[in-house]
Amino acid sequence: MSKQSKQSIPSSRLYALLLIFLFSSFALVARAVNLQVMETDFLQGQGKARFLREVTIASTRGVITDRNGEPLAVSTPVDSVWVHPGELLEYPEKIEPLARLINADADEIERKLTQRANKEFVWLRRRLNPEIADKIRELEIPGVYLQKEYRRFYPAGEVTSHVIGFTNIDDIGQEGLELAYDSWLAGSPGSKRVIKNRKGQTVEEVELIRESDPGNDLHLSIDKRLQYLAYRELKSTVLKHGARSGSVVVLDVDSGEILAMVNQPSYNPNDPGHDTDGLRNRAVTDVIEPGSVMKPIAMTSILENRIATPTSPIETSPGWIVVSGHTITDHSNYGLLDTTGVITKSSNVGITKLALQLEPEQMWDTYSRFGFGEATGTGFPGESAGVLRNHRRWRRLEQATISYGYGISATPLQLAQAYAAIANGGKLRQPTFIQGANNPPISAIDPAVANAVARMLETVTTKAGTGSRARVANYRIAGKTGTSHKASASGYAASRYVSSFVGFGPASNPRLVCVVVINDPTGKEYYGGLVAAPLFSEVMTGAMRILNIPPDDYPAMLVSAGNTAGGQ
Amino acid sequence: MNSQILILFLVLVADVSTALGVVYTRHQSRHLAVELGALEVRQDEGLAEWSRLQIEQGWLADASQIEKTARGVLQMRQPDETQILVVRP
Repeated sequence: MSKQSKQSIPSSRLYALLLIFLFSSFALVARAVNLQVMETDFLQGQGKARFLREVTIASTRGVITDRNGEPLAVSTPVDSVWVHPGELLEYPEKIEPLARLINADADEIERKLTQRANKEFVWLRRRLNPEIADKIRELEIPGVYLQKEYRRFYPAGEVTSHVIGFTNIDDIGQEGLELAYDSWLAGSPGSKRVIKNRKGQTVEEVELIRESDPGNDLHLSIDKRLQYLAYRELKSTVLKHGARSGSVVVLDVDSGEILAMVNQPSYNPNDPGHDTDGLRNRAVTDVIEPGSVMKPIAMTSILENRIATPTSPIETSPGWIVVSGHTITDHSNYGLLDTTGVITKSSNVGITKLALQLEPEQMWDTYSRFGFGEATGTGFPGESAGVLRNHRRWRRLEQATISYGYGISATPLQLAQAYAAIANGGKLRQPTFIQGANNPPISAIDPAVANAVARMLETVTTKAGTGSRARVANYRIAGKTGTSHKASASGYAASRYVSSFVGFGPASNPRLVCVVVINDPTGKEYYGGLVAAPLFSEVMTGAMRILNIPPDDYPAMLVSAGNTAGGQ
Repeated sequence: MNSQILILFLVLVADVSTALGVVYTRHQSRHLAVELGALEVRQDEGLAEWSRLQIEQGWLADASQIEKTARGVLQMRQPDETQILVVRP
């Protein structure tokens, strides 16, 4: 049977079948070669895309600490809640408990979501409290998701807000050092390609696309304890005298490091709000006409150019002098003073008489060596340079007023820098917010002149001086009071003042410079010696104690242990 | 002839054993990668915890709080100048 049928098949059909088989197998091989050889890249890429994932490596913003390592700004992960409107709107009854948790109106949320029903992503509330986030997670509402984000916290709050500033909701510095050192602090997130299995676990790291660069920490020169002390005292002084604003700066004489810088009004950096008046770091951004606190600068020029010695006599009677048709007056008629007495009593007439014997260029040169008219170079955003006009444009009256601090403007920080140079034997150091910054000292003035001026300044805090209220028990303090009329659109305002005190101590081995500026005290008292000097005394007393600075006559204070026992 | 078969056999054995070795190390590397992932998550959690604790410490060590407690609750005050004696060491 089989034999018969085999013989009966015509060979032409057999060949045709063979040809079809051959052709189809050739087609298969061709296709296989095409896929395996020609299109490998595309197919392999597609295959890998089924299990390769690109994931980001998070980086956190660096911590800002004070000089003792106390954290002043720290980033921490918090949850933000977002919704998929379409998914959530299918369960309208679930909106109510959610709204209650985030303290919002349910109807309003529903309206907001209905408007955006065709979107897939809507922020509901960013940066939640961890407890609230946990409760939302427990509700397990469909279409409601939590996303990890970083939020910056400022534990010291309004005490450090002006120096440090704050970041916006996307963690980018907006003010202060957060802005100045944004790229140093920020770091950049990296990413890597990984293989994930069905369960979403990473089973293999294939390649690192971009290394994550964690933000760097920033160690400030600020001392949190001094900062708090200065802030507390400034706030109570500003309140007591009904002042518009105020600033205190404490500078380390040896290193130029800023130990404290506070201003009023302040704000809470954890919730900055929209009030822009309190945002400015006035100690750096705002200039004042310093008034009498500039007299030591003029006196430096007078001594440098040998116009007078600290003991040479100067007649200030009758308490006024006419320069280019303008009358410059003293507080009262001081009669015959010596040069030191001009500083002790803060005599405008005396300093005018002496300063007018200088060439404008000599005086300008001294002022600019002290750093006036030039930004201090801290890199603080919005730092002001103040104004010191070129001496070629000084008229005689201007030269006189600049000697007692009018017609020139400076920031409180510039004043601190200049006085630190006097305290430091004539060596000027650029102030800095960063601990251990590289700010080599520059010889600004002759050490002998600097020491002579420092000794003059010490007389200011004696009973006879204008700054007796600045005294600190057990320490010798050198300093200068200032009271200046505020400039307004129509000339100098008669009853609006800036009260200031700048000084340093202990006088025998100066360690700290402190600048106090109180702007527009509205109470009965407005003299620098009455408003700013007591605040200076409070801040310096606390600072000496906190920093353990020995008093000038420390050995004389010692009591032997036997005496103590007897005394008790 | 006999030696040729022997070589072939040895090669076959070597081939199969390296293949198994590749499978094993592959498995192990995936296992370790999972472990690494878990440890990275723990590290992140640890860092988050550390930052939270730093903030908490910052709040608790806030000078105004300490001052309030010291002056208010504990009735502490600063001795005035006449009450302070510096004892010679």
